[in-house]
Amino acid sequence: MTRSQTGFPKGQEKSGLFNVEKIRADFPILNRKVQGNSLVYLDSAATSQKPIQVIQALQDYYQTCNANVHRGVHTLSQEATNLYEASREKTQAFINAERSEEIIFVRSTTEALNLLAHSYVMELLEPGDEIAVSEMEHHSNIVPWQLICQKRSARLAVVPITDTGEIDLQELDQILKRQPKILTLAHVSNALGTVNPVKEIVKMAHARGVKVCIDGAQGIPHLPVDVQDMGCDFYCFSGHKAFGPTGVGILYGRLEVLEKLSPYQGGGEMILSVTFEKSTYNELPFRLEAGTPNIAGVIGLGASVDYLNQLDFSALAAYEDTLLEYATVQLLGIEGLRVIGNASSKVGVLSFVMDNVHPHDIGTILDQKGIAIRTGHHCAQPVMDRFKIPATARASIAFYNTKEEIDKLCEALQEVYRIFN
Amino acid sequence: MPDLTELYQEVILDHNRSPRNFGKLNFFNHKSLGHNPLCGDKIKLYLQIEAAKIVDIGFQGAGCAISQASASIMTEILKGMSLKEFETLFGHFHSLVTGQSVEIVQEDLGKLVVFSGVSKYPLRVKCATLPWHTLKAALKQDKETTTE
Repeated sequence: MTRSQTGFPKGQEKSGLFNVEKIRADFPILNRKVQGNSLVYLDSAATSQKPIQVIQALQDYYQTCNANVHRGVHTLSQEATNLYEASREKTQAFINAERSEEIIFVRSTTEALNLLAHSYVMELLEPGDEIAVSEMEHHSNIVPWQLICQKRSARLAVVPITDTGEIDLQELDQILKRQPKILTLAHVSNALGTVNPVKEIVKMAHARGVKVCIDGAQGIPHLPVDVQDMGCDFYCFSGHKAFGPTGVGILYGRLEVLEKLSPYQGGGEMILSVTFEKSTYNELPFRLEAGTPNIAGVIGLGASVDYLNQLDFSALAAYEDTLLEYATVQLLGIEGLRVIGNASSKVGVLSFVMDNVHPHDIGTILDQKGIAIRTGHHCAQPVMDRFKIPATARASIAFYNTKEEIDKLCEALQEVYRIFN
Repeated sequence: MPDLTELYQEVILDHNRSPRNFGKLNFFNHKSLGHNPLCGDKIKLYLQIEAAKIVDIGFQGAGCAISQASASIMTEILKGMSLKEFETLFGHFHSLVTGQSVEIVQEDLGKLVVFSGVSKYPLRVKCATLPWHTLKAALKQDKETTTE
C-alpha cells in the first residue's frame, strides 16, 4: 500500500526504482566523517536524520516570519499561523484523519501518551480497573499508565509476547474480555522491529468495547498509516523519528472520543475567557495545546510530511524490506551472533546479541569505525527480561541506508567477535 | 582515531573472560550492589573488613568488558590493602580514567594502567569506575549505588 492509497491525491508518485543516492543527497549529515570514517548511521529508530528541506523550513520560519501564532493581528503572526495550521492539515491528510481538529500538537509521543493517560483514562479509572499494555512496549507506553494506576488503585494487564516477538492474540482476547479501560500498544516494536497487526487488534478490542491507543513512534517512519482504516481511537507519534525536528509530536484522537478529554495543561491559547472565579475553555484542538507551541517544530514537521509525500512510498517500502532482509541474512552469517525478534512481519529494526561480548563493547568498537548503532535496553526493559538478556545491540535502518553500509556493519562485527573470542 | 587495542588491552580481555575473585564470599561483613542503568552493568561486591583492612573481597556481576575486568583487577589489587590505601588508589585510578595528570600517578597504579585507554572514551569512564564506587558504597553500608 502506498501513502497515496491512504488518502493522498494520486499522481504524486514517481515511477521507477528507488534511487537511494538521490535520497542521500538530501541528507547533509550523511556526508560527515566520524573517527575518520564515513558515517554509517544505523540508529534511526532512536532518531532519524533530517533532509535539507526540513532544515530549510526551520531556518525560513525564523528568518522570514518568526512570530507567535493565533494571537497577533500583524502580518508576521498571520503568516506564522498559516504555516502552523497548514502543518496540521498536512498531518491530517498524511494519516488520513477525518478532521484537522483531531490532530493535537504535542512535544513527543511520550507527551501524547501522558496527556491521554491524565486527561482521559485516569478519569475513567476506578479501583481494581485494568489498563492493557503489551510486553513489548517502550517505557513511555508503560510508565504513564503505571502512574495513573497508582493514583486510582488500578493495575496494568500485560499482554504477553511469543518467542518470536509477536503479540499473543489469544492471551490478548482473554485480557480484553476483562474490559480494561484502554488497550495501548506499539504499532512497531522499537526493540524487536515487530509490526503488530493493529487493524485486527483494534477490531478485537472494539468487539469487546475496549478503546485502543496505538503508539506509532516506530510505525510512522516505515509504514503507511490510515487511522480511519485502522479504526484506532488514538494514534501518536514523534516528528523526529519521521525525518522531522525534535520536540514536536502528534496525538490523534477520533473527534467523538477526543472531545471527552479534559484540559491537560492550563495556560494561554487553551481558554476562551479567564476570570479568577472561572475559566472557559477553547475548542479542539486548541483546548489541548496550552501556551506558545513549538511553532518552528510544527512547521518542520509539515516539511517532513511534504518530503515523504513526494517519494514513491511503495518503492521506498520495497527498498527498505530488501535492505532489512539483506541485513538479516548477513548478520546471521556472523559467528556467535543471534538476532532477537523474529516476527514474520518486521520493519526497520535488527536487535542482536553476540556470544561473550556485551552490547556496550560492540557499540564502542563500531563507533571507532564511524558506525552508529544503539546498545542497551532500548527503554524496553520488560522485553529484555522476556528474552532473558540484559541488553542488545540494535541496528536500525531508514530508506537512506545502503547495502554497502550493512556490509561495513558486518565486517566490523566480525572484528568484534575476533577481539573477544 | 584512538586505537581499539588501547582500550581493549589483552589484560582486560583476559580478566573479562576469566574474572578473578568471582563469587560470593562465605564470610563477609560488607556488601553492596552497583549498577549502571545506561548499559545494564551490574556488580555485587562482598567484603571482609578487619582492622580497617580489606582481608577478603569477591564479586559477582554481568556487564561490559570494561566494568567486569575493572572489578576483577580491582579485587586482585585490593586484597590485603588498608582502607586508607584504597582511598588514595581510587583517587589515582579516577585521575587515570578521566585523563587527569596521568604521568604523575602512573607508577602508583601498577596493573591498573591497562585502563589508561578509557580516558579517550568518556562514555566508558562510568563502566571502569563502577566497581570502585560500589566498594565505597559497601564501606558506607549503602545497599545500592549507581554510576548514573
